Amino acid sequence: MSSKQIQQLDRVIIRLAGDSGDGMQLTGDRFTSETAAFGNDVSTLPNFPAEIRAPVGTLPGVSSFQLHFADHDIMTPGDAPNVLVAMNPAALKANIADVPLGADIIANSDEFTMRACQRIGYAANPLEDGTLTDYRVSAVPLTSMTVEALRDFDLSKKEAERAKNMFALGLLSWMYNRPTESTLEFLEKKFAKTPVVAKANIAAFQAGYHFGETTEVFSVSYEVKPAPMRPGVYRNISGNLALAYGLIAASKTTGLPLFLGSYPITPASDVLHELSKHKSFGVRTFQAEDEIAGVAAALGASFGGALGVTTTSGPGVALKSEAIGLGVMLELPLLICDIQRGGPSTGLPTKTEQADLLQAMFGRNGEAPVAIVAARSPSDCFDAAIEAARIATKYRTPVFLLSDGYLANGSEPWLLPDVSTLPDHSVEFATAPNHETADGNGEFWPYVRDEQTLARAWAVPGTAGLEHRVGGLEKANGSGSISYDPANHDLMVRLRQAKIDGIARDIDDLEVDDPSGAAQVLVLGWGSTYGPIGAACRRVRARGMHVAQAHMRHLNPFPANTGEVLSRYTKVLIPEMNLGQLAMLVRAKYLIDAVSYDKVAGMPFKATELADVIAATIEGVNQA
Amino acid sequence: MSTDLGNPTTNGHRHSFDLVPVAETPQSAKEFKSDQEVRWCPGCGDYAILAAVQGFLPELGLKRENVVFISGIGCSSRFPYYLNTYGMHSIHGRAPAIATGLATSRPDLAVFVVTGDGDALSIGGNHLIHALRRNINLTILLFNNRIYGLTKGQYSPTSEVGKITKSTPMGSLDHPFNPVSLALGAEASFVARTVDSDRKHLTAVLRAATEHRGTSLVEIYQNCNIFNDNAFEVLKAPETRDDYLVRLEHGQPIIFGKDATKGIKRNANGSLVLCAGDDPDVLVHDAHADDPSVAFALSRITGADLSTTPIGVFRDVVRPVYDDLMSAQLDQATAKLGPGDLGALLTSGDTWEIN
Repeated sequence: MSSKQIQQLDRVIIRLAGDSGDGMQLTGDRFTSETAAFGNDVSTLPNFPAEIRAPVGTLPGVSSFQLHFADHDIMTPGDAPNVLVAMNPAALKANIADVPLGADIIANSDEFTMRACQRIGYAANPLEDGTLTDYRVSAVPLTSMTVEALRDFDLSKKEAERAKNMFALGLLSWMYNRPTESTLEFLEKKFAKTPVVAKANIAAFQAGYHFGETTEVFSVSYEVKPAPMRPGVYRNISGNLALAYGLIAASKTTGLPLFLGSYPITPASDVLHELSKHKSFGVRTFQAEDEIAGVAAALGASFGGALGVTTTSGPGVALKSEAIGLGVMLELPLLICDIQRGGPSTGLPTKTEQADLLQAMFGRNGEAPVAIVAARSPSDCFDAAIEAARIATKYRTPVFLLSDGYLANGSEPWLLPDVSTLPDHSVEFATAPNHETADGNGEFWPYVRDEQTLARAWAVPGTAGLEHRVGGLEKANGSGSISYDPANHDLMVRLRQAKIDGIARDIDDLEVDDPSGAAQVLVLGWGSTYGPIGAACRRVRARGMHVAQAHMRHLNPFPANTGEVLSRYTKVLIPEMNLGQLAMLVRAKYLIDAVSYDKVAGMPFKATELADVIAATIEGVNQA
Repeated sequence: MSTDLGNPTTNGHRHSFDLVPVAETPQSAKEFKSDQEVRWCPGCGDYAILAAVQGFLPELGLKRENVVFISGIGCSSRFPYYLNTYGMHSIHGRAPAIATGLATSRPDLAVFVVTGDGDALSIGGNHLIHALRRNINLTILLFNNRIYGLTKGQYSPTSEVGKITKSTPMGSLDHPFNPVSLALGAEASFVARTVDSDRKHLTAVLRAATEHRGTSLVEIYQNCNIFNDNAFEVLKAPETRDDYLVRLEHGQPIIFGKDATKGIKRNANGSLVLCAGDDPDVLVHDAHADDPSVAFALSRITGADLSTTPIGVFRDVVRPVYDDLMSAQLDQATAKLGPGDLGALLTSGDTWEIN
């Protein structure tokens, strides 16, 4: 029995940092699972290099995982870690600037050799030379203790050392009083084929846990009580997983078989991986020869009556532009999921950014409007997929679903929806002629439109009597025959635009969170900034100031009440991880002097940073 | 010309369109004509190909609504507009990729791709080779006129070196592709060549192509009378064609020339050479040979002046079809796991309950 003192905390931010090969992402995932199962609210931020294995012990090879958990509901993975676990000197050096003075650092002292320290530019061992005196440093020989704990296993020293992340996880699990059953089960399952490795990892994990209990290094363990959460069944979910599940759900809500045409690209590939596992749902996944073939195959499948989807990131969208334009011309459903990353060009493949908004909006030749939907949190990717598919099928149009690297890899607890209550968005195909010829015969005109939605009639191959041709050349409205008539082209351009604009009548109004009703400043956002903006607004309100928040699900068209909402506030502040793309659209459409706050550092906004910007904006308004 | 049909079977499907519903009553070529006015230049070889295809489709006897033609961009790519089937005139080079999505998700459709030398071999080269390698159940008609027609006369990836065109006033520098060689190199399971003006041969090749399950590539030498007139004239003119054309027939000796005086045989080193028509070593054509090397050698035997141009089926072998394999994986997963249950999927992994 441990007789150590347990200290209560309301929230903790832990950052695990190590070499790319040290298993920090896995360790973080496991700690997240334990924490979520315990009932805390949790939010995570993995951060890893684009290189699969950069040279060991170097700064570019550092991979980290930050997680924030609390006894209340939280909106971000946290700004600054209370605890940094540094598996080597490079991990310490790469992360120390983010660690506030007085915070805990647990360092794997075995790796802090002179050579390793000097390799990354430390003149001396920072654990010993006094540079960390303002922090609470616990130097723990994680590697050698792991090797020692696994002495009786039939493993080489190198193999034993690889379990050091589980030793560290065991130690943290003790330190924060986490339930350990799920991790033990996980290890059994993960290494089921190599029982010795499973047993060794479990032994390392338990050794870490017991070390915490017995060592004098740590005199206190911590407890963060469960957060009050709505009743129901929860799981932890990342954005990409939620997106994959959302697409399968969308196949159910629309009643169309799911076809994914995709080409591997960071950070979207996990959606392809996940969907390829679910063939029993009738899901066809096609790993194409390139980005263009991915979207082209999806469009071909849509022509045949499937829910055609392509998943990609910004560089892939650039390649798909022409095919998306074809989708606009054919007026067929097509879902383009853009998991945004830092750009331009190859940019920052593993870092987050939201700078593809204008590409989604305008990145095609001609007047080629498409609908745009954005997810705001990891679990929200599920709902966003269903909504994007609803619009695509109902309006026969390509729809962009914008996510980003932060949502894709970050995770949060998700209150599972009751699948029996998912909406019915089933599609009706044309089955009969819709036009009468001069001689009284019925025929099918593919560009006859629904009066309300302006969506064209959709007849799929295999439907007798409705044979027709579509294509990229301009169509005569109604008949769909090739038409070079100037007036018809003008009409069709306007009809395609009106169809997209009309979606505004069919989407939820923009909701405003303005608890006091006294705010003069509105913070408007979209996508993954929802968490940081929300957390920042809470901080500002806690300072006794008034601020309103609104967050956009639909970016094209904007919700019908957007202009009215914006006009209610003296100042509209738009924080974005780009150089002001939503701000440009809002300023152009509503002629308001919206203020942009932007940053493209490859990382989500910090709540403290945004809170200061919001507070300064409010003060500016008050002084004016 | 007789084409050996053989008895190739793939996953139990004997023919390309075994899963496509058959018309209940006999069809006529007229039924396959759309109401659109044909807009190719008068004298274009495309007219003859269109007439041959419209004439052949009733023989194929599939339900018209289950036939789809997909094209890219170029003169040939207007083809779908003139057929009263389902059709899509898509974007430059991408027809094989679009057709891949359609064919793999709808095994009940007969999917044709109509393309040209620029569309298939230049801007769309990537999609063509990958469709061939995967062996998607498609029939690809590649109209090769060795010129860009729709953009008004630039050289194409099949134009001969030194060709004077609008974009190459001093002669083109590009070494051309040989589409048959390219297709064979891309692991094609069916490769044939025919000529626009020989309706009988064209129809026989179409028949063989549509009987093959997997990707069938048919190169059709097609005359562009505006920008590259008479490019294949020696293969068509009665006085030269018999000496220039080598008609490949499976199981038959490869003999050609006016009086069957010429033949093709294999050298000891494996290369093909011309020989007398009555040489006892004349090669017997084997379109079903698993090893593509002779088919490839046949595709290389043609001279720059089109002498010794083989037409007919170079290769027709059975290879697993991507569409069938994809469907089989879906069936296998469903048989093993039962039909997908979304509720169960969402609760897979670690869950916890808050009361």
